[in-house]
Amino acid sequence: MPPLTITTQVVQMLAGALLLISFAMLAERRSRRLLILLVWQGVVLVTSTVLVATSAHLTHLYYSAGLTLLLKVCVLPFILFRLMRKLGIERDNEPLVNVPTLMLVGLCLVIFAFGLAQPVSALATTVLRKTLGIAIAVILLSFLMILARRKAFTQVIGFLSLENGLFFAATTTTYGMPMVVELGMALDLLVAVFIFGIFFFHIREQFDSLDLDQLESLKED
Amino acid sequence: MSVIAYVWQASECLLAIAIAPLFAGWVGQCRAWLQNRSAPPLWQPYLVLRKLFHKDVALATNASWLFRLTPYVVFSTMVVAAAIIPSVTTDLPLARVADAIALVGIFATGRVFISLAAMDIGTAFGSMGARREMMIGFLAEPALLMVLFSAFMTHGSTALPEMVEGFLSQQHFVLHPSLFFAGVAFVMVLLAENARLPVDNPSTHLELTMIHEAMILEYSARHLALLEWASWLKLLNYACIGFALFMPWGIARHGAGPALLALAIGALLLKLVVAGVALALFETLSAKLRLFRAPEFLTMAFLLAVLGLLVYLLLGA
Repeated sequence: MPPLTITTQVVQMLAGALLLISFAMLAERRSRRLLILLVWQGVVLVTSTVLVATSAHLTHLYYSAGLTLLLKVCVLPFILFRLMRKLGIERDNEPLVNVPTLMLVGLCLVIFAFGLAQPVSALATTVLRKTLGIAIAVILLSFLMILARRKAFTQVIGFLSLENGLFFAATTTTYGMPMVVELGMALDLLVAVFIFGIFFFHIREQFDSLDLDQLESLKED
Repeated sequence: MSVIAYVWQASECLLAIAIAPLFAGWVGQCRAWLQNRSAPPLWQPYLVLRKLFHKDVALATNASWLFRLTPYVVFSTMVVAAAIIPSVTTDLPLARVADAIALVGIFATGRVFISLAAMDIGTAFGSMGARREMMIGFLAEPALLMVLFSAFMTHGSTALPEMVEGFLSQQHFVLHPSLFFAGVAFVMVLLAENARLPVDNPSTHLELTMIHEAMILEYSARHLALLEWASWLKLLNYACIGFALFMPWGIARHGAGPALLALAIGALLLKLVVAGVALALFETLSAKLRLFRAPEFLTMAFLLAVLGLLVYLLLGA
């Protein structure tokens, strides 16, 4: 095996950090810290994209890194922070059932993702193809987070972290998506968060809480 | 095997015994500074030891031989552990006796004895502390083993000195994402095993949530001195395992001269100073976990260590 360049090694390290942040998000109870973790995930993502761009000499990756920085590190967290303050859920403590079990399920998902990525990454040509497994793991862990959470707000954060995983997968296996797709996705996300914001207020108005378990009792009245 | 190596082996061991209270004092001082308190002198632990060694032992009437034997057993397990861990040099003749897995066993021996002794007197506090200690221990040990396995796979050996040699003989500087995971897990295990915040509070023995202090509540004088010394030595040992696994730069390699060895001691002291600040900072920033959250904390550590293994398998680094 030829020795990897420093850039590749750093990107692999950052991939590891992404996985670590995903697990931290899975176990985090407080909405505020969850959002801070999401910002960190964005920062790691931007750094790795810039590094991939420099190592592969691809200009369009710089653009998408800039877009990610603007959207996922600045705008979306800002909107979510404001929403959180308006909804008054900054200090919300979401009860999590059985964190150890959740973690073990997460671990099984990681093993599954790594196995799943093996044949795919064998076909890819980029230097970073091995990190595809981590990207898939991040996506699956975000799914798990959405499933395990009860509050609407944290589910949205899970959704955004899912998008981060997809973006990372695209960057490492095919050096990013076409610009049109990326711009479209960015716009989608922005609009989605706006709509989520409106939904939050509606849900709260209806049920006096953001707990989604209460949606199940719709039929009864 | 030359005589020199045995001399260095013995002096490394003595060095560890000598500087363990200093390290504990340094951590205490950093904590005091960070919490805006006036700090006790750096050599406070030595004064504590002197005071305790001068006092007369007060033994409970129903204390058995086990109770009296335990401080010596615990202290000697920590000394043996210090002899195995390559903190200054990798040329350790005694390290052939036990690899890193046996090292975990040595720590466990100390734990078993201290828990038995805590229950020996039959006070409520002692048995409570012993139970809690065993709970923390049985969760922390697998995590520690997993951390060690990650390092074994990366460096291809189960003996700590050979792992350090393997790390230092790399041609290029290689970043290991797997060791990154293992490192985070190791810090968590270190905090739990050494009765530090957020699992246990080392600065008080007047809390119902205490673990380590509850077990040694019945000890006095020279027994207590030995147990305190052993716990400081344990902290130092853990720090040195951490250095050996994750940042062994500066450790003298096989056949190094006195100059390099002196440099290695300097490097060790420097690393300890930094580690002490980091530990104090972490402890100041974190609040104590509820006791029933401790399993969660340690599951997290175990999980991260397993993730380290998986990432190693995926990335091959």
